[in-house]
Amino acid sequence: MDILQLLISGLANGCVYGLIALGFVLIYKATEAVNFAQGDFMMLGAFFTIGLTNTEYMGLPFWMALPISIGIMAFLGYLLDRFVIRLMFGESQTAVVILTIALGFVIRFVAGLIWGHEPQSLQNPLAGKELHFGGLVLGLEDVAVIIVTILLTWGLYEFFNRTKMGLAMQGASQNQLAAYYMGIPVKRVQGFIWALAGAVACVAGILFAAKGAVDPNTGLMGIKAFAAAVIGGFGSLPGALAGGLIVGIIEPFASRYIAAGYSQIAPYALLLAVLIFRPHGLFSQVRVKKV
Amino acid sequence: MRIVFKTDYMQDIRPWKDRYQLVLYLLLLTLMLAAPFVIDAFYLGELNNVLIWAIAGMGLMVLTGHTGQASLGHAAFLAMGCYTNIILMEQGLPFMLAFPLAGIITGLVGMVIAIPALRLHGIYLAIATMAMSILVDDIIVLTEPWTGGVGGKYAPSVNVFGIMIDRWGTPREFYYLTLGVVVVVTLGYINILRAPLGRSFIAVRDSEVSAQAIGIDVARTKAISFGISCAITGLGGALMGLFAGAFNNETFSVIISIELLMMIVIGGLGSIHGAFFGAIVIGFLPQFLSLSKEWVGSVFGGSNVAIPGLEFGVFGMILIAFILFEPMGLYGRWLKVRTFFELFPFYRKDMFKRQKSYLKTERLR
Repeated sequence: MDILQLLISGLANGCVYGLIALGFVLIYKATEAVNFAQGDFMMLGAFFTIGLTNTEYMGLPFWMALPISIGIMAFLGYLLDRFVIRLMFGESQTAVVILTIALGFVIRFVAGLIWGHEPQSLQNPLAGKELHFGGLVLGLEDVAVIIVTILLTWGLYEFFNRTKMGLAMQGASQNQLAAYYMGIPVKRVQGFIWALAGAVACVAGILFAAKGAVDPNTGLMGIKAFAAAVIGGFGSLPGALAGGLIVGIIEPFASRYIAAGYSQIAPYALLLAVLIFRPHGLFSQVRVKKV
Repeated sequence: MRIVFKTDYMQDIRPWKDRYQLVLYLLLLTLMLAAPFVIDAFYLGELNNVLIWAIAGMGLMVLTGHTGQASLGHAAFLAMGCYTNIILMEQGLPFMLAFPLAGIITGLVGMVIAIPALRLHGIYLAIATMAMSILVDDIIVLTEPWTGGVGGKYAPSVNVFGIMIDRWGTPREFYYLTLGVVVVVTLGYINILRAPLGRSFIAVRDSEVSAQAIGIDVARTKAISFGISCAITGLGGALMGLFAGAFNNETFSVIISIELLMMIVIGGLGSIHGAFFGAIVIGFLPQFLSLSKEWVGSVFGGSNVAIPGLEFGVFGMILIAFILFEPMGLYGRWLKVRTFFELFPFYRKDMFKRQKSYLKTERLR
């Protein structure tokens, strides 16, 4: 029972990691860039929702605030691509990485200015409700997190493999020039994917803020989600989710069964091990590079 | 307008282009030597800080700027150099032995770490090094008997040829110690760059495939680069520890790693100057911010409220501006300005135009 309880809480945490990792993977899959600010996007999305719903701010109804904040974040993602990332067209991957890290600093700073540095949590209709299965106690938020994550991953997976737009995105990332020749509007595709990543980050933020509290530095959690994305293998959506779940599940078990001090190392040690033995993740897509 | 007329192959190899350049750098060195007599103790400390950051920056520059391997984990090596130095001194070794040893040990460890890391490319290497940096933070806490854990350690005064040097007691001597290390490291760096080794670094950076084709052992070159980079960073870390006086695991957190990488990007990747320019920015930014906050406060009558995270926010904005508009950093801007004056009426806008390329995936063939 004890183990099951740990497993469930690990799963719920892992789903949030997985959702952030999903954002990383989306952008990587479509533009081959890595967005280090994804964790900060999540934080921003959480704060937008808090700003809209919580009674001390605007106090809108929860279900009305949801689409608004997701829309805002998608729009922000699009703006970011339009005015910042697009200037980087044709630059090296590393430059984009450094750019997004810097962006994370700025977002954290701005969020701190607007909402302060106190941890806040989202007032939501699911808060505090519990489900009982035998001796098992499930927070309704945890259940919601798990369901939403699975649906979202499945939806995005289908989107990438079935729809025209999804295929266009894959094409644009594999060979930009060839994609242009095939009539794919590469720039518009990139704008769309950043908007999508913003929306996914917002969903992750909402779920995270419903489960716990956010403050501007929550975005640093993105590093853990990053580990998740790498463990799963960049470029694979189910892999990102699996990686998130692995990291999420390892954490509570490590803190339970391994001596204090060693436990918080576990995800990173796993990350290093994966990088050393399977350098491109567990669900790798990489083949040998030829000239 | 100045023209360097080359009459000898040695002119391509020797560290300075012509006498004029040599004189300029000697002049700079004299200025640095005279600095403690001109500026007060506070600014001397700041200058010292800048020089130490410049050493660390040069360490990362070898790896990132010249070999093209981005590392987000160099704070780990700063920490390693710092702790090795202090622990060796506590074992009774004199500073003059412990300090170089700290550099060498850090370099060797870096080389060992490089062997698995070499299988990784670009972004994956950055992530692996970042994970390592986070791990080192925890490892310092775990190995408390040696490192003092969260409680940290205090740096003793050091003895250099019979002169006791201490950050607070004798800031002037400490400054000369740092300056000496800077000069030695810089000269060593310049010499590596003009030797076959340095050229193979640059070849690996520009294209691994072509480097391999002209007979460079890519793996070996990368490992050596990693080693040299870590050794220099370790020296920087040792000085940083002495300069800080007290340090613990948080002193060398992953944020410092990121800051270090950003510093050399702002300064200009792929040039020794860049490390120094970046260090100047990072060293004087807090000063500049507090001064400008006072100024804003006095003009608009606002109170001097502390804005948490301001420094990082401004730093991030500066960095974004540089990456978007001047990817070669401050040094790149300086080159453009200098070329403008050197070629006075003939400078054209597109002289430094960068070549852009279309993206092609490395994931699928």
